Amino acid sequence: MARGSKLVAAAFLWLALITMPDWLNLIGSYPQLGTRIVILALAAMSLNFLLGFTGTLSFGHAAYFGLGAYGVGLTLKYLVPNTLIGMAVGVGAGLVAAAIIGALIVRLRGIYFAMVTIAFGQVFYFIAYRWNNVTGGDDGLSGWNRLPIHLGIATIDILGNERAMYYTALALFALAAALMALLLRSPFGRTLLAIRENERRARFLGIPVDRHIWMAWVISCTFAAVAGALYALLNNFADPHDLRWDQSGDFVIMAVLGGMRSFWGPLIGAAIFVALQDYLSTQTENWMSFIGVFFILVVLFFPRGVLGVIRRRSPT
Amino acid sequence: MTQLILFNVFNGLIIGAFYALMALGLSLILNLSGVINFAHGGFLALGGYLALVLMPYTGFWGALVLAPLLTAAVGLVVERTLVRPLYGRDPLYSLLLTFGLAFILEDGTRFIWGPGTLPFSIPGWMTTPLSGKFFFLTGFRLFMVLLVTVAVIGLFLILNRTRLGMRIRAGTLDLETVSALGVNVRVLRNLNFGIGIYLAGLAGALAAGMLGLQPTIGSELIMPSFVAIIIGGLGSLTGTLLGGLLIGVASGVTAVFFPSASEAVIYVLMAIVLLVRPRGLLGEEGRF
Repeated sequence: MARGSKLVAAAFLWLALITMPDWLNLIGSYPQLGTRIVILALAAMSLNFLLGFTGTLSFGHAAYFGLGAYGVGLTLKYLVPNTLIGMAVGVGAGLVAAAIIGALIVRLRGIYFAMVTIAFGQVFYFIAYRWNNVTGGDDGLSGWNRLPIHLGIATIDILGNERAMYYTALALFALAAALMALLLRSPFGRTLLAIRENERRARFLGIPVDRHIWMAWVISCTFAAVAGALYALLNNFADPHDLRWDQSGDFVIMAVLGGMRSFWGPLIGAAIFVALQDYLSTQTENWMSFIGVFFILVVLFFPRGVLGVIRRRSPT
Repeated sequence: MTQLILFNVFNGLIIGAFYALMALGLSLILNLSGVINFAHGGFLALGGYLALVLMPYTGFWGALVLAPLLTAAVGLVVERTLVRPLYGRDPLYSLLLTFGLAFILEDGTRFIWGPGTLPFSIPGWMTTPLSGKFFFLTGFRLFMVLLVTVAVIGLFLILNRTRLGMRIRAGTLDLETVSALGVNVRVLRNLNFGIGIYLAGLAGALAAGMLGLQPTIGSELIMPSFVAIIIGGLGSLTGTLLGGLLIGVASGVTAVFFPSASEAVIYVLMAIVLLVRPRGLLGEEGRF
């Protein structure tokens, strides 16, 4: 795409995001849906940092998403009534878990890597599921609320004001997106692309491939934890299903649906997927089957994703 | 105490045999076609429910024979229509496809048979304990161990003694050469998928007899089978068998001392194996 049209697209995208609570009302939806889209898009984009840009197939991102969620929930419920500290704990938990597990799996590749990430993803699910008296088990962690954020000079009332919650989520989304975009443009990011394109060659050039993949993994999981923390705040609830393999699959399908090879693809994918899921779950009890059919249709007929198809059609 | 530990070891072996049966099917498909079949648990549930439906007409034994075969037939059709177009593409896509399939199978069984646990009646003489001292040794449990053993031996005989089995093993090593030697690789992959799904169906019929049937039975049993494959080592069926039994016993023994960790312990085991021996216990060096 030419530089000009790219700028127009970006301006349009941000305008749509900033005005989302308004136009969601206009089309008869509700603002919370917008917040959910932005948060899940952040998770899908952080997954795509690995999937699309490092070429590493992770199928267990729900674990870190869920750690963020439980981190913030447990902190607010049992430790300190402070949203910022809670988020820091959640994100920290995701980061530490990713660093440890990443060190174990970084030597593996391809489907082996995918299988191990799936399997490891389940550990935290079982912990949350079984540690009943702390995590609430299968019922999830409830009995706590997000609290207004005090920033010294101002207070953001994310509890009483739905819009404040949306814009807080959007601000963090923008920050994370900017950081990821910067990283991808840096020499580090270019190295990741080189690893994706030809790992053996990258290794011959003297690039410490395993270390780069480990770093990309930790960065990606940490942003997923940010998304998870926001998600728990949005719902005032941490659900063990946030940690489960089906949630991981949802993130992957969002990335694929939007277009794995493009930076903004997962955002589009998340918007479509969340809207579809929301609609289906109000229409039928068997929405899971429809989602399953949707997975199959996307894989068989639409593997490039929305942005992949658009990019291919427009001459570069 | 000894009896309790013995009970749990035995119980663990049975569960482990389940995991192994399921993991062997997964492993077969993974090794030859490079597809992680997420829907394997769904096929297991399908096998169980088909056995339940067939039972009034064919009796217990007939159901045990027919249900896995029918499940395998469904598997053959699924491979032919949905999975085949994805060979040679990024493994991500087949993973996502079988993932969607798992959703459909779980939700489909829930839609048809309801969300509750359905009882699965096995012949009466099988449910009574064989010995007063070892109360846990019921006929059905022994029968299950026996049947799993027979199935595993059968599988290894097929793989080692028949033409089809030899082609599957050769294809696992080098599919291109097998194809160049005139073997129809499409048919080979199809049959191999069918055998894998047959094992899932068999495990399902057995699991139904032991645990009762509910739609989520598949998604509960699939993760441990993944762990069994990883611990045993990718590419090695013997390893998969070993991995299954190992995690079964490990979670059985843990259940004695620390019941709430009985699920998590298998992941700890997996972490240790990955740390010490990343290719798994019997995995081949440099295959993955």
